[in-house]
Amino acid sequence: MYKINKENLSALFSLIAEANELYVPVSINGAVNFAAWDEDVQVDLDTLKTVKSPKDAFFPQSETLYSCKRNGKKLSITPEELSSKDFVVFGMKACDVKGLAVLDKVFLVDPVDSYYKARREHGIIVSLACSQPEEACFCNVFGIDASSPEGDVQVYMIGDELFWNAVTQKGEKLTEQVKSLLADTDEAKVEEEKASIKAIVERLPYSNLSLDGWGEDAVLLDKFNSPIWEELYKPCLACGTCTFVCPTCQCYDIKDYNTGNGVQRYRCWDSCMYSDFTMMAHGNNRTSQMQRYRQRFMHKLVYYPQNNDGMYSCVGCGRCVDKCPTGLNIVKVIKAFEKGGNK
Amino acid sequence: MQRLIDRAKELLADGTVVRVLGWKKGDLGFNPEPAYFETAEALDSDFIYDGFCGANLSKYMIEASKKDGKTLVFLKPCDTYSFNQLIKEHRVDREKAYIIGVGCKGKLDIEKIKAMGVKGILSVEGASMDSECETLTVKTLYGDKEVSYNEAMLERCHVCKGKEHQIADEVMLESRDTKDAERFAEVEKIEAMSPLEKFEFFKKELSKCIRCNACRNVCPACSCRKCVFDSTKFDEATKANVDSFEEKMFHIIRAFHVAGRCTDCGECSRVCPQGIPLHLFNRKFIKDIDTFYGEFQAGEDTETKGPLTNFTFDDVEPSIVTERG
Amino acid sequence: MSMNNEFRPKIVAFCCNWCSYAGADLAGSSRLQYPADVKIIRVPCSCRVNPMFILRAFEKGADGVIMCGCHPGDCHYSTGNYYARRRMTLLFSMLEYLGIENGRTRVEWVSAAEGVKFSTTMNEFVDKIRSLGENVRLGDLRCKD
Repeated sequence: MYKINKENLSALFSLIAEANELYVPVSINGAVNFAAWDEDVQVDLDTLKTVKSPKDAFFPQSETLYSCKRNGKKLSITPEELSSKDFVVFGMKACDVKGLAVLDKVFLVDPVDSYYKARREHGIIVSLACSQPEEACFCNVFGIDASSPEGDVQVYMIGDELFWNAVTQKGEKLTEQVKSLLADTDEAKVEEEKASIKAIVERLPYSNLSLDGWGEDAVLLDKFNSPIWEELYKPCLACGTCTFVCPTCQCYDIKDYNTGNGVQRYRCWDSCMYSDFTMMAHGNNRTSQMQRYRQRFMHKLVYYPQNNDGMYSCVGCGRCVDKCPTGLNIVKVIKAFEKGGNK
Repeated sequence: MQRLIDRAKELLADGTVVRVLGWKKGDLGFNPEPAYFETAEALDSDFIYDGFCGANLSKYMIEASKKDGKTLVFLKPCDTYSFNQLIKEHRVDREKAYIIGVGCKGKLDIEKIKAMGVKGILSVEGASMDSECETLTVKTLYGDKEVSYNEAMLERCHVCKGKEHQIADEVMLESRDTKDAERFAEVEKIEAMSPLEKFEFFKKELSKCIRCNACRNVCPACSCRKCVFDSTKFDEATKANVDSFEEKMFHIIRAFHVAGRCTDCGECSRVCPQGIPLHLFNRKFIKDIDTFYGEFQAGEDTETKGPLTNFTFDDVEPSIVTERG
Repeated sequence: MSMNNEFRPKIVAFCCNWCSYAGADLAGSSRLQYPADVKIIRVPCSCRVNPMFILRAFEKGADGVIMCGCHPGDCHYSTGNYYARRRMTLLFSMLEYLGIENGRTRVEWVSAAEGVKFSTTMNEFVDKIRSLGENVRLGDLRCKD
């Protein structure tokens, strides 16, 4: 266990940035999102949750896959190079890190997504414990411990100091790079902090949310055909806010962009809330908003767990709770089914 | 609030309406959702109307107009402009709506309260319509905090269009005029910048855009059945957020398409997850329309021609933009 | 691509079928010169020009966009250009508000008899765009190479 005074954070960041690309939570006109670090950005480690989750660093909202270019009668095709430089994502929360585990089960199984795999291999996660969890948090419901986030290095911000604990080999390597700035310390303060975080988590409004009737044991057709969906979806605007701020949503679309003398094939996040989601030649397989709304939650709470040994594809970060324009969210869905006898 | 519930129950019971469109209590005390109520029991247990009911219900009336029977809808003064505009565009059916113009004392923005550094909010007291609406007591996981009601209000309420309902079958509850800022002050501030400053300002704001389409989907003026940005036949139909161009295109075109029809209800800015001040686009068009073609407020009535579907022989030439310096 | 490094702007000119396109024709048959940098797109009426057309032209690499139509009062469809006039006024004002250089867009009314006006307008406009330089702020970087 090491520590560093908060005053030296920017020195720490520039040292990390010497050997790696560095992503930190950055505040732009009041909105905090992960972005590349440089000396001019306004780093914000106090805001608990970034608007977009840091999944962007591993699975960017838009990325080019390859470019085609026409030169006279010649056509050249250039695939995008895979990520080959180590990068550090500093300040991911326990839920965000777990979100990557959810993405791993999608992108790292056959057929492996090489773009994602390269980023996972080169990405070093410095996770930050949540000293002040907030009202919309319910990560404990999914067995996530906000006081001890996974990742390559665990970091705690306590008072004026930042405590640094390397967990994995990657984390050790990063620690070596910045050791000149770190001082040895014991774990007493961190243990105290962990206990304090756990005590707060117990008092969170959603901490007792029950997942009974969902997951691996859910009766799929009962849930699917439930009349409750018809009640729930109506205020939904069919925007993509919930999907785009979610750390586990993994659907994407692949499109071509005509650059005038060539084509860039890119992929970008897609949202199951959109009317053109999974549009095919024969049309769309989900024609009403109720069906789209149901899909999102069935995927997170039933389909995904049933395909992945019971692992939910929700990590309880509460971003959808915070951001839905009409106050809908996954918690309301879970509660509505509980009230309706989980049918 | 009880008066609203009682009146809604009466209208349901005597068959005037078959459903009620209002707001339903959220599970956190500050996240109500728009909802339909069809029974007295549902109204009793779930209906709410307080400072957090900012959602403009006019747009839901497009769907409600397609249903059988009349719908009772609660509209705040600023929402009634949107409803009028929708009537003008034949998107809602006046005959299918029973409108209760409901009073408004300014609507609250939970994001603003959070931005004051209030964390872990469990409940907010002082947001009900019966309260003085001066101070909010915010109970949080980390102790109680007091917040000024006015400072926690949505941006749009600071430039309130007034207490009058533009259309209603009856009006209930007191309103409060919360205007304490000039509507075009922010626009003028930007106009005074140099071109590069303007460009950097908007680039910074739009770089936050995640193309979630919340602004479009919540907008009562954006009522096209199929948006051009959703068309698969067109290569601008992207969900990509490429900060080189896509966001600019989307926001300029969206603002242009609602120009002359936008009532400045402020829903776009309210719902933006990234807090982009989208009203600055719409208000610029409104300001220009006022300057070039005479003052115009969309939604004031259901008859007047909109400024972009109208002209005069001696309108200003586009070169005014360069000439005015 | 020109051989020297002189900046050759890409100019898109939307011309209405009835007046301005005929004006361009007259300029041609009268052997009046205007730069080859101007690419004309014929539209049925200036009113057909959707703001998106203008933005798209910029996106795909145009450095300047000009719209020409019949003089107010002379529209083949009576009133089309009046609506176009309002639209373009608002659009140009918005572009200025967003920090796009003044002068990258222009509207000019050119009748079928005004070959000379067409050619002088185009010469002027190309000069203006040359002085403004390449359009960076409204272009899509993906179209740059």
